[in-house]
This record gives sequence, C-alpha cells and structure tokens, in this order.
Amino acid sequence: MLLFASVADRAGTRRVELPYVAGDTVASIRARLLERFPQLAAAVPTLMYAINEEYARESDPVPAGATLAMIPPVSGG
Amino acid sequence: MLIRVTPDELDTAEAIQAAGSPAAGAINVFLGVVRDNNLGRRVQYLEYDAYPSMAEKVMRELAVEAKERFALEDCAVLHRTGRLEIGEASLLIAVSCGHRAASFEAGHWLVNEIKKKVPVWKKEVWEDGEAWVEGPESLGIQQAPASMR
Repeated sequence: MLLFASVADRAGTRRVELPYVAGDTVASIRARLLERFPQLAAAVPTLMYAINEEYARESDPVPAGATLAMIPPVSGG
Repeated sequence: MLIRVTPDELDTAEAIQAAGSPAAGAINVFLGVVRDNNLGRRVQYLEYDAYPSMAEKVMRELAVEAKERFALEDCAVLHRTGRLEIGEASLLIAVSCGHRAASFEAGHWLVNEIKKKVPVWKKEVWEDGEAWVEGPESLGIQQAPASMR
C-alpha cells in the first residue's frame, strides 16, 4: 500500500506491506491498514484509492500482489 | 505528445517544440506558478509530492481525451515535484490546434481536469507552520459529505 502527502505524514511512512486474503477488496485492506494506523481514520471520508495506478472504488476486488494506493484530495497545478 | 512528472525545472521551449505541428495555427501555453499568498497567508514556498507513475498515466489519459475533444494537433503536459520557490512553474501545458479558439478551451479544460484527478499534492510552507492543500475541485473533496467540504 502506497501512502502520499498528508496520509504519509500521519502514518510516518510512504509504504506499507499488508497481508493479503483471498477475496480482499479495497475496503477490507483499508480496514487492516487502519488497525495498524488508527490515526488515518479521520482521512477516510475524502480518500480516493488506486489499484495498479487506476482509480478504484471501495468495493472493488484487489488482485493478489496488486499495488494499492491511498489518494488524499489532490492539489496539483 | 510529451507527458512528464519531474523534479527538474520545466522548460517552456521544450514543451512548445514537443506540442508543435505543421498543421497548427496556434500553440497555447499555460504555466501554473507558485504564488506568495493563499487565503490571506503569506506563503514562503511549496513542496510538491506525487505518485509519479500514476500521475503520468492520468495526465496522458487526459491529454488523449483533450486531443480528441478539441481536435488538437499535439500537446505537452508537465508537472514539477519537490520544493518550488515563489514564481517558479509547477505546471506547464502546451497545446497546438488548427485555430486559436480551441487551443484556449483545451488549455482551460486540461488545467481543470488535472486539478480534479492527477495524484499530485502541494504543501504550503508559511513562516509559522505548514499544511497540505486539499484541492476544492479534487475528486476526494467532491465525494465527501457536504459538511466536510
């Protein structure tokens, strides 16, 4: 799982390896992440997600070995 | 088509050359630059974070869509990362078209879409603190309950 910007700062890391369980979705992996980093819960309402560099929904299945990213509200430009 | 996320200074001449085409009658160049103030606070500098590979992918998808929508001849979209001082360019868009009107529209459309979708983040650093900016147009803010915006 890749973390960026405000989320990386809150977690104190930019990369987290998480165990994978068959049938995992973005939401189930996020729940596992929040157990380790409860301080990220406040960010959840505005978070977007990406699976292998494509925007994904919370309910989307995550393939084994996928790179999941948490995308806080973007502010490029 | 030139698409790049880079810590290096953005080169306007390179982008114009990349976006150029013999069939173009107009090349429109947009630069997003670092402003010394935001929401009443004095900004000292900005620090940009990015998910570079995904940012380039999303920028390319938007460039392809813009090319189709506005009948562009070609385009260049570059975003800089890392520490940027006041006045430095963070975003560079160059689009070429047969005629001028579509080039202005395409540039405007691309900036707006980039601010919604491209995974890049800016942190404002003030004299007495710092904060990550959450873009009001970003998909993340748009999906949040109205009470949180």
